[in-house]
Amino acid sequence: MSYKANFRVWRGDVDSGELRDYTVEVNEGEVVLDIIHRLQATQAPDLAVRWNCKAGKCGSCSAEINGRPRLLCMTRMSTFSQEETITVTPMRTFPVIRDLVTDVSFNYAKARKVPSFTPPEGLKAGEYRMQQVDVERSQEFRKCIECYLCQNTCHVIRDFEDNKEAFSGPRYLMRIAELDMHPLDVADRQKAAQDEHGLGYCNITKCCTEVCPEHIKITDNALIPMKERVADRKYDPIVWLGDKIRRRK
Amino acid sequence: MSEVERHSYDVVVIGAGGAGLRAAIEARSQGMRTAVVCKSLFGKAHTVMAEGGIAASMGNVNSNDNWQVHFRDTMRGGKFLNYWRMAELHAQEAPDRVWELETWGALFDRTGDGRISQRNFGGHEYPRLAHVGDRTGLELIRTLQQKIVALQQEDEQEFGDPEARLKVFQEATVTRLLTVPDSGSEDGARITGAFGYWRESGRFVVFEAPAVVLATGGIGKSFKVTSNSWEYTGDGQALALLAGASLINMEFVQFHPTGMVWPPSVKGILVTESVRGDGGVLRNSEGKRFMFDYIPDVFKEKYAKSEEEGDRWYTDPDNNRRPPELLPRDEVARAINAEVKEGRGTPHGGVYLDVSSRLPADVIRRKLPSMHHQFKELADVDITAEPMEVGPTCHYVMGGIEVDPDTAATPGVLGLYAAGEVAGGMHGSNRLGGNSLSDLLVFGRRAGLYAAEYVTELGDARRDVDQGQIDEAAAEAVAPFANEGAENPYSVHQELQQTMNDLVGIIRREGEMAEALTRLEELKARAAKAGVEGHRQYNPGWHLALDLRNMLLVSECIAKAALEREESRGGHTREDHPGMSADWRKVVLACALAADDGHIDLVRRSPEPMRADLLALFDRDELKKYLTDAELPAEEEGSD
Repeated sequence: MSYKANFRVWRGDVDSGELRDYTVEVNEGEVVLDIIHRLQATQAPDLAVRWNCKAGKCGSCSAEINGRPRLLCMTRMSTFSQEETITVTPMRTFPVIRDLVTDVSFNYAKARKVPSFTPPEGLKAGEYRMQQVDVERSQEFRKCIECYLCQNTCHVIRDFEDNKEAFSGPRYLMRIAELDMHPLDVADRQKAAQDEHGLGYCNITKCCTEVCPEHIKITDNALIPMKERVADRKYDPIVWLGDKIRRRK
Repeated sequence: MSEVERHSYDVVVIGAGGAGLRAAIEARSQGMRTAVVCKSLFGKAHTVMAEGGIAASMGNVNSNDNWQVHFRDTMRGGKFLNYWRMAELHAQEAPDRVWELETWGALFDRTGDGRISQRNFGGHEYPRLAHVGDRTGLELIRTLQQKIVALQQEDEQEFGDPEARLKVFQEATVTRLLTVPDSGSEDGARITGAFGYWRESGRFVVFEAPAVVLATGGIGKSFKVTSNSWEYTGDGQALALLAGASLINMEFVQFHPTGMVWPPSVKGILVTESVRGDGGVLRNSEGKRFMFDYIPDVFKEKYAKSEEEGDRWYTDPDNNRRPPELLPRDEVARAINAEVKEGRGTPHGGVYLDVSSRLPADVIRRKLPSMHHQFKELADVDITAEPMEVGPTCHYVMGGIEVDPDTAATPGVLGLYAAGEVAGGMHGSNRLGGNSLSDLLVFGRRAGLYAAEYVTELGDARRDVDQGQIDEAAAEAVAPFANEGAENPYSVHQELQQTMNDLVGIIRREGEMAEALTRLEELKARAAKAGVEGHRQYNPGWHLALDLRNMLLVSECIAKAALEREESRGGHTREDHPGMSADWRKVVLACALAADDGHIDLVRRSPEPMRADLLALFDRDELKKYLTDAELPAEEEGSD
């Protein structure tokens, strides 16, 4: 059942790099990460790649396979023909450290800018009561494994480096939506979503949803409802008046 | 030696899984400047793999549950070898640790009246596991990660620097603990810090700190078929040994009964016990639910005798006994092993785990979403329509660093603490599912708390790191570059995994373990010659060459202790000594580094006798199955 596959893997660092060709054995049932590991063990012991669980649960092994953002551990070799050359490159939106490993610190910096869960004052541990139907919306977003493939594919930052300052990306806009929809969160998050995290930059092309390995409906269930909440508030005359009065103080 | 990057902290936590993050949160909350050092990115630790849930006797689903029942289940699961004081603290404190997570933003599945839902699991008398579908570990990690971010946001407000008091050093590997001799004891040591390297640059880094919490997890990467990730190379166990601490109970390794068996590249990946907790059954190639043939005497009264009774239990647990698919993991793993060995296995050498004929497809997709996803994507199997093929996989080590049950402090090394899988004692000879996540929270918090207390008491009496130790650690770390091409670290690793799998696996025999020890000696010699190519920047071959030392040390501990213990109990099954012995229950095997630094010495210790009020939680008849006559409580007068 095994065969020799043609692989092209990006090798290099922050200064320079190139696609290098490898011919490598593939066995039944293997995924792309298995082949990368075989390259390490047999031909390229210093080939750098991030990975942990190898079961699609930790979100470490993100890369681009034939130009498509994917998890290396969840991409089965049987989805390619045996003749095809498989090209593996690092995520393009983040600076390369070495080979397939990129500097994803952008995401950690953005995570720190989202104010954390804020429960109602005086509610004691053990006294939280929430209905399943009410937690399910946020639970969907908490399935996120932080692979950053959505961040990588979002053209707002993929193609426009300058937007990184003003735009937090789908992952963190979804985090804001998650907290906004948390049944017990009392913080006001809608204004910050627009003003500080760049919700307005998103023009709902759904690229993030398409690449999400957890199949979270990021655009439909998080970003669009969040835009609606922000819009309601913007055009609600009472909210508008309240904002105006408060600003005057 | 060139100048090495240095950082100074009050408490350094090594490992960023559940235990490490909980310890760091506690230490920082006690006012300590705290660092977390981890091999992966922040938020990727192996805890994310935990599926089933967190065991805590909140009594939300069955109000009969309480800490005493949880304690009893834990001791039974561990076959009474557990450090009972740890099992007691764990059962008492687990509910508070779970509720606390909700205040930090965790969203567990709910009961009808809005409380945290709890599910059934092997060995737990009542539905006890707080869960989020089958991705509870991810929820735990994310919640703790977000709590750390919350603390950093507080520091940003107060000091203008989010990392003023709590910083995560990610993708850094610690290779040595730094110590000085402790003047207060004859052969003890005292922590001064830790030495490691940045994975990204390969540059060295020294952390100066009077207290270190080890929370590095397990050892599964010493075995070929394992559910564990690459990080599980026994780092904390080896660091502790090399610093002068002891490991206990290392012979007890849990093989989870249900790992994937096909395709080969995913062999070993976990299939959650929730599949059985929610109704899934095990069948052999003849279609028989074979677990009914494998109920051991100690559990005879507690499990269903017929399929009908077992099936009724899911809806009426008060009047029926649970099905034997929910026996503790060691029993189920051995049963599967026996079925396959006797020729009743599946085409790929496992047994069938079937939920498709037991639950409607939409319920399966809702209750077991990540299992559905995992089998669909990796094996092209739709678990709502066909059975899974499963077999045992190396999952967890019950043994670990010897600690004080209350404080998580390591005897013999002042300032060293350990929590989570890296610590030993809590689970005895076998861990119940769901008791790991609660263990991480209960003892992670305790380790952080008592490390902070120690540092506070120490005041200004901190000791400087020894430059000589730093130079030695640096020389040890670069050694593989001088061995260019001598031995391939990947080959040595593969042979180690094969050796442990074949010779010190689920079923153990004297001759095979002796053979394993011989092979480990040879592998040690080869590992010392392991060479690497390239440079130090993000070089996985080099990282593996350094990890081999740790894997070989813990493998030797496992093999030596397993050879010594001539009985079968929990995660240690001897074909040549099949019975459980009350005399062996009174023996704890402790491993320490021999004076020549190259070998492991084995010492026998006696466990502390269980407190009378805890013994009284069990029937005398049940205690007879585990304890020697001399240990049994006096028979009550007048009782019949």
